[in-house]
Amino acid sequence: MKWMHVLAIAVLSLGLAACQKPTKPDEAGTASGDTGAAASSSGLGGDASAAGGTTGAALTPQQQALADLQQKSVVYFEYDSSEIRPEYVPVVAAHASYLVKYPTARVRLEGHTDERGSREYNIGLGERRAQTVRRALLVQGVAEAQITTVSYGEERPAVEGSDEAAYAQNRRVELVYAQ
Amino acid sequence: MQSITAALRSRAAALTLLAAALLGPVPGHAQLRLDITQGVRDAVPIAVVPFGGQADGGAADVAAVIANDLRMSGRFAPLERRDLVARPTSGAEIRYEDWRLLRSDFIVVGRVEPDGSALAVSFELHNVRTGASLLAQRLPSTDKGLRATAHRIADLVFERLTGIPGAFSTRIAYVAVDGRPPAQRYRLIVADADGYNPRIILESREPIMSPSWSPDGQNLAYVSFEGKSSAIYVQRLASGERRRVSARAGINGAPAWSPDGRKLALTLSRDGNLDIYTLELATQTLTRVTSDEAIDTEPEWSRDGQSLYFTSDRAGNAQVYRVVLDQARKAERVTFTNAYNARPRVSPDGKELALVTLDRGGYRIAVMDIASRNLRVLTNARQDESPSFAPNGALVLYATRDRGRGSLAIASSDGAFQQRLSSDQGDVRDPAWQPFAPRG
Repeated sequence: MKWMHVLAIAVLSLGLAACQKPTKPDEAGTASGDTGAAASSSGLGGDASAAGGTTGAALTPQQQALADLQQKSVVYFEYDSSEIRPEYVPVVAAHASYLVKYPTARVRLEGHTDERGSREYNIGLGERRAQTVRRALLVQGVAEAQITTVSYGEERPAVEGSDEAAYAQNRRVELVYAQ
Repeated sequence: MQSITAALRSRAAALTLLAAALLGPVPGHAQLRLDITQGVRDAVPIAVVPFGGQADGGAADVAAVIANDLRMSGRFAPLERRDLVARPTSGAEIRYEDWRLLRSDFIVVGRVEPDGSALAVSFELHNVRTGASLLAQRLPSTDKGLRATAHRIADLVFERLTGIPGAFSTRIAYVAVDGRPPAQRYRLIVADADGYNPRIILESREPIMSPSWSPDGQNLAYVSFEGKSSAIYVQRLASGERRRVSARAGINGAPAWSPDGRKLALTLSRDGNLDIYTLELATQTLTRVTSDEAIDTEPEWSRDGQSLYFTSDRAGNAQVYRVVLDQARKAERVTFTNAYNARPRVSPDGKELALVTLDRGGYRIAVMDIASRNLRVLTNARQDESPSFAPNGALVLYATRDRGRGSLAIASSDGAFQQRLSSDQGDVRDPAWQPFAPRG
């Protein structure tokens, strides 16, 4: 999902709202895939890399703050746990400060689990993780209206694999500022 | 039932979100194939002789389809074709002593004949030891309908020999995923019970989950994230027409049809807490069933429609509970063996639950006798999930992982054997076996 963060920077730095238009079909079968009705596709990757050249352009303070924030926008969890580990408390706090400072900013919290156990139950675990982060943001003064949550359970792994290294990267909440 | 395939082709108009080109056969992909992964002891040897009037091999080889079905049931061991000593096509041509030498207990013979502009398939089932004729029928068919006719014959043979109706003429739904994260493509597929004839019902860049058959076998409810959050849809297979029946804020998950087909049980989250609700489809009347701080999800109706089984971690870890609908909010725990039990599915006779259990470090499929609470673990891998009973209760279809990829597998409900349905490519998961069509 890293592209989405990069994309958010690209959107802001280019000042484009146009990014919402459907992306054009890419060559099918390339590693980055083709596009579909949903916005998760490779045409966006092209946009993001093009935007890479523009990040050197002058950013507003908010854009710069968001770019810094998005260096750390994933909170990882222990197995079967929805507690925020101590090392991620400052990460969540940084997002909270940004959201408090920029009340028009909107964040989407995407909760995920590793692949073990039942699928719909994992939707519940992912939601619980997203809610933990949401509550931490609310406690630090973020307005409810700035936050939406979604749980993908085990359906959208960050990485493939059935070992502990993969599981650890998949148990996460992503803080996404895409529009 | 027979109209589903044809109708699926003409359903494009209803799916406004999807390209018409998606419909029709799955392009050289996701066909499931039976792999025997565990020898079946006590399987009954049976000879299924190639039918007269058609060439060996090919998708419409009636005897091959019948033999494959019987093998899939785990209860029969069809003779290899190369071992068949003769090719009788009617009972009168069978020399029983040949088949006794091959230690075949039963023999199926038959032929395909022109019948006006269509076809007819005659078949006979004989007991090799006694020479008795057990079954003899002539079924109407067509060029394109030969596989369906063969499944019907397998159903009749299976029922005659076991007393259990065959489920080979039913279909299965499952989700196939290809591509690597984050660029994955999700497809909801309906195929014949033997994995043939896969048809794409829905394709999306966003996850598709939890297909659930209506009791008449004509509709699928499922979860789709196509709108960037979860919503529940009901899709009629014959017409392709689909309706979004729940897209409330938060989670819309785990749809399960009531036995009368009028309601869905489902999981919703309000303020981030998952609870079970029922939704009357005609009126959109929503009724809350559970109210607990825990994760309550994966509802499943009892056969009498009076109560729901569901997964909850209200006791600290996932276990299965039951709640009587008109005494809602007083749920009783029903699983006590093992530290994790989830995703209950009620057997067709209502007496057992198939579920996912954490057994000796692995997530495995088990069947629990509801009255005695006796838990029978059927599988032995590490990540088995999503059990679904065959409509005759004899088999449980489930998802497993095979060399890092999702695949489907079948276990007999008594635990006697397991077999894998492997896919050519992609990850397959979340299987659901279609119920029998209502009689009459």
